[in-house]
Amino acid sequence: MATAVPVEQKWWSGGRSPFNVEYGKLMMWYFLMSDAFTFGAFLISYGTIRFSSNGWPDANHVFSSFPVLGSGYPLLFVSLMTFILIMSSVTMVLAVAAGHANDRAGVMKWMVWTIIGGLAFLSCQAWEWTHLYHEGAWWGSNPFTNFDGSKASTNFTNFFFTITGFHGFHVFSGVIINIVMLIMTYNGVFDRRGHYNMIEKAGLYWHFVDLVWVFVFTCFYLF
Amino acid sequence: MSNETVIHSLPDTASTHDIEPDGHHGHHKESFITKYIFSQDHKMICKQFLITGMIWAIIGGLFSVLFRLQLGYPDQTFPFLEDFLGKWAKGGRIEPEFYYALVTMHGTILVFFVLTQGLSGTFANFLIPLQVGARDMASPFMNMLSYWFFFASSVVLLSSMFIETGPASGGWTSYPPLSALGDASLGSNTGMDLWLIGMALFVVSSLLGGLNYIATILNMRTKGMSMTRVPLTIWAIFFTAILGVLSFPVLLSGFILLLFDRHAGTSFYLSDIYIGSTFKALPNEGGSAILYQHLFWFLGHPEVYIIILPAMGLVSEVMSVNARKPIFGYMAMVGSLFAITVLAFLVWAHHMFVSGLNPFLGSVFVLLTLLIAVPSAIKVFNWLTTLWRGNLRFTPGMLFAIGFVSMFISGGLTGIFLGNSTIDLHLHDTYFVVAHFHIVMGVSAFFGMFAGIYHWFPKMFGRYLNNTMAYIHFWVTLAGAYLIFWPMHYEGLAGMPRRYYDFSPWVSFNNFQGLNRFISIVSIIVFAVQLLFVFNFFYSVFKGRKVKTQNPWGANTLEWTTPINPGHGNWVGEIPEVHRWAYDYGKEGREFVPQTEPVGANEQKH
Ligand code: HEM
Ligand SMILES: [Cu+2]
Repeated sequence: MATAVPVEQKWWSGGRSPFNVEYGKLMMWYFLMSDAFTFGAFLISYGTIRFSSNGWPDANHVFSSFPVLGSGYPLLFVSLMTFILIMSSVTMVLAVAAGHANDRAGVMKWMVWTIIGGLAFLSCQAWEWTHLYHEGAWWGSNPFTNFDGSKASTNFTNFFFTITGFHGFHVFSGVIINIVMLIMTYNGVFDRRGHYNMIEKAGLYWHFVDLVWVFVFTCFYLF
Repeated sequence: MSNETVIHSLPDTASTHDIEPDGHHGHHKESFITKYIFSQDHKMICKQFLITGMIWAIIGGLFSVLFRLQLGYPDQTFPFLEDFLGKWAKGGRIEPEFYYALVTMHGTILVFFVLTQGLSGTFANFLIPLQVGARDMASPFMNMLSYWFFFASSVVLLSSMFIETGPASGGWTSYPPLSALGDASLGSNTGMDLWLIGMALFVVSSLLGGLNYIATILNMRTKGMSMTRVPLTIWAIFFTAILGVLSFPVLLSGFILLLFDRHAGTSFYLSDIYIGSTFKALPNEGGSAILYQHLFWFLGHPEVYIIILPAMGLVSEVMSVNARKPIFGYMAMVGSLFAITVLAFLVWAHHMFVSGLNPFLGSVFVLLTLLIAVPSAIKVFNWLTTLWRGNLRFTPGMLFAIGFVSMFISGGLTGIFLGNSTIDLHLHDTYFVVAHFHIVMGVSAFFGMFAGIYHWFPKMFGRYLNNTMAYIHFWVTLAGAYLIFWPMHYEGLAGMPRRYYDFSPWVSFNNFQGLNRFISIVSIIVFAVQLLFVFNFFYSVFKGRKVKTQNPWGANTLEWTTPINPGHGNWVGEIPEVHRWAYDYGKEGREFVPQTEPVGANEQKH
């Protein structure tokens, strides 16, 4: 890219965007940084409380159920959830790529898949939450014992529901955004504008939400 | 004294531009609603922020007068208080619960609603498009939303003052367990919930605003307006917005956890402590109240710079214009703003030296805290050298700018005391801290804001403020601020704690009774003078002397190239191109050279 820019091209001297992006994308990047701090604060709080506690429940034991199959499958279900979410990121990339090619049908196809992925993830989360709820887990109540069998504080479930809930809320907003994008694409709004920048911005948000899940997943399920 | 006598000579160039009285820019008919209420014009949104902020400042200031009555006259009753406050001031004496509510609301209102959104919202909105050469903000719609979220949060906070159990009363920092347990204090019931909801809305407002400020500054500068040519106001607002965008979300997380502790039986901050009012231990287990302090101060410290940086920017600009000299060390000013922004994120635990923090960690924070004194000192010396041998014009704006520097030095020096943990162990939560932050943040930021208001009022409203009232306002406020806060250092050094309702039971503090009364009397006078300013403001909006020249202060920046009453879109016709930095004052025999003037063939380039 750099070679395509004439030598005297001054990116920072005004009259144009220094990063060659429109303001919306710039705002999205800054918003994502901001949101990263929100999640960062949650996860760091989780870390400090967890490591100042005497013990912590075993994720392999807590998250071992699978719909229909029953229990005894540690982390299988959450692996499926993670796979779904990552696949929805892939379809999002394809939607953005189709947008670059101004291919309306392609954008619509891949946006539909991304939305389905998001909804599937949310359904899985709903199932997992209800399952845990029926086992007696909720904010303020924790039926699981520590690794060593001693009684655990409620902070395991407190943090689990708060942070995965906050993340689920982000996924939910992302699905709504994606649906709006789909409708706008369907109505030809972006064709009239001549570009699919909005899809790119929605994509940034979606990838961010996926990335956050990787951290949430690592903190709650792997450690 | 009129402005013309203050500014002895008005250059002719100012009036040779043709001025269109009402430069409407191809906009359709605007209804009352779209023009004054749901306006998307950054200049109108600026005024909305300013006036909302002023209303808040009056309320917040009045609260301080009320609790100063208690502190100054602990043994007397004021029957009129009962008429106004009812059960909160039975028999004319403020109830202890209400005293704490007043202190809490005073802090919350002044820190967040006045000096954060009132200050940033006003000047970021006004100056960014006008000074970088843009027709409006990047997203005028989000800008409007930012104001309305601020408005909503204001309504929520205000409504909390009228409920049965009273507003939040755990201090502006709202530390748990006090803020988490309704049993612990009256104000920790519904009042606390409303406080948290109000603050959450406030965070949204600040985020919407901040994203817009950043995007506009980066993307919308006019041709030629490189980042090294923007006025320092813009740099200051830029760093302020970054601080806000990166620190408020952490506060939001902290608040969400607090809400869960309050209502969902979680133990993020609560553990099995014993509550005096119920004679019971809590059922909670494993939480950490210190965690909240970390989350709070991770915002809380950057927040104080969110308050002071815009004031610094305003002061730099006003000072350079009125000293008729380039600002001294422009790049050093930008560099120190940057250094302050980075360091602001790394010092938060200096508010927690007595929280049981590991002393070794404490010493790291001492080092980082004291490092902030370096960029702060750079700025102070640059202001002083800007004044040095300047051709000073003592306009009200300039006086407040100079007053700012005085205040900032006085308060900054006591920061160095507090930054040393060994000294802070003694001074923490005493009146010494109250003196420190009121001088360095409260009064300084207000001075910066006043400098900005006096300086840009002609651009905002096309009229001048009355100078006589302005000079009274300045001198009384300056003297009053020192008289109020300077003695508090002595009280603090003697160990007098902050946030106490009544000191008379402590014989050791009895010798301060006269001093406390004196401070209270001065506070009332200073408050009255602020009302004079408010009167001046509204009187001048309607009846002030009209601005007749486009560039009354002889300033270089772009806002003075717009019509006297710019319409939505700011410039009639093309946006001007910029050819030089904003500080060519007293250059090669000319008093000032506007940024729009091309660099002459023989001119020394900046
Ligand atoms: C040389 C620079 C500064 C240093 C070293 C410094 C240091 C400190 C320290 C150590 C404290 C904690 C005192 C305690 O609670 O025991 C403190 C409190 C405070 N400082 Fe500064 N400070 C500096 C400048 C500033 C500036 C520029 C502002 C605002 C614009 C500011 C605003 C505050 C506020 C609001 C508090 C009190 C918060 C509270 O407890 O309610 N300080 N400062
Ligand atoms: Cu601090």
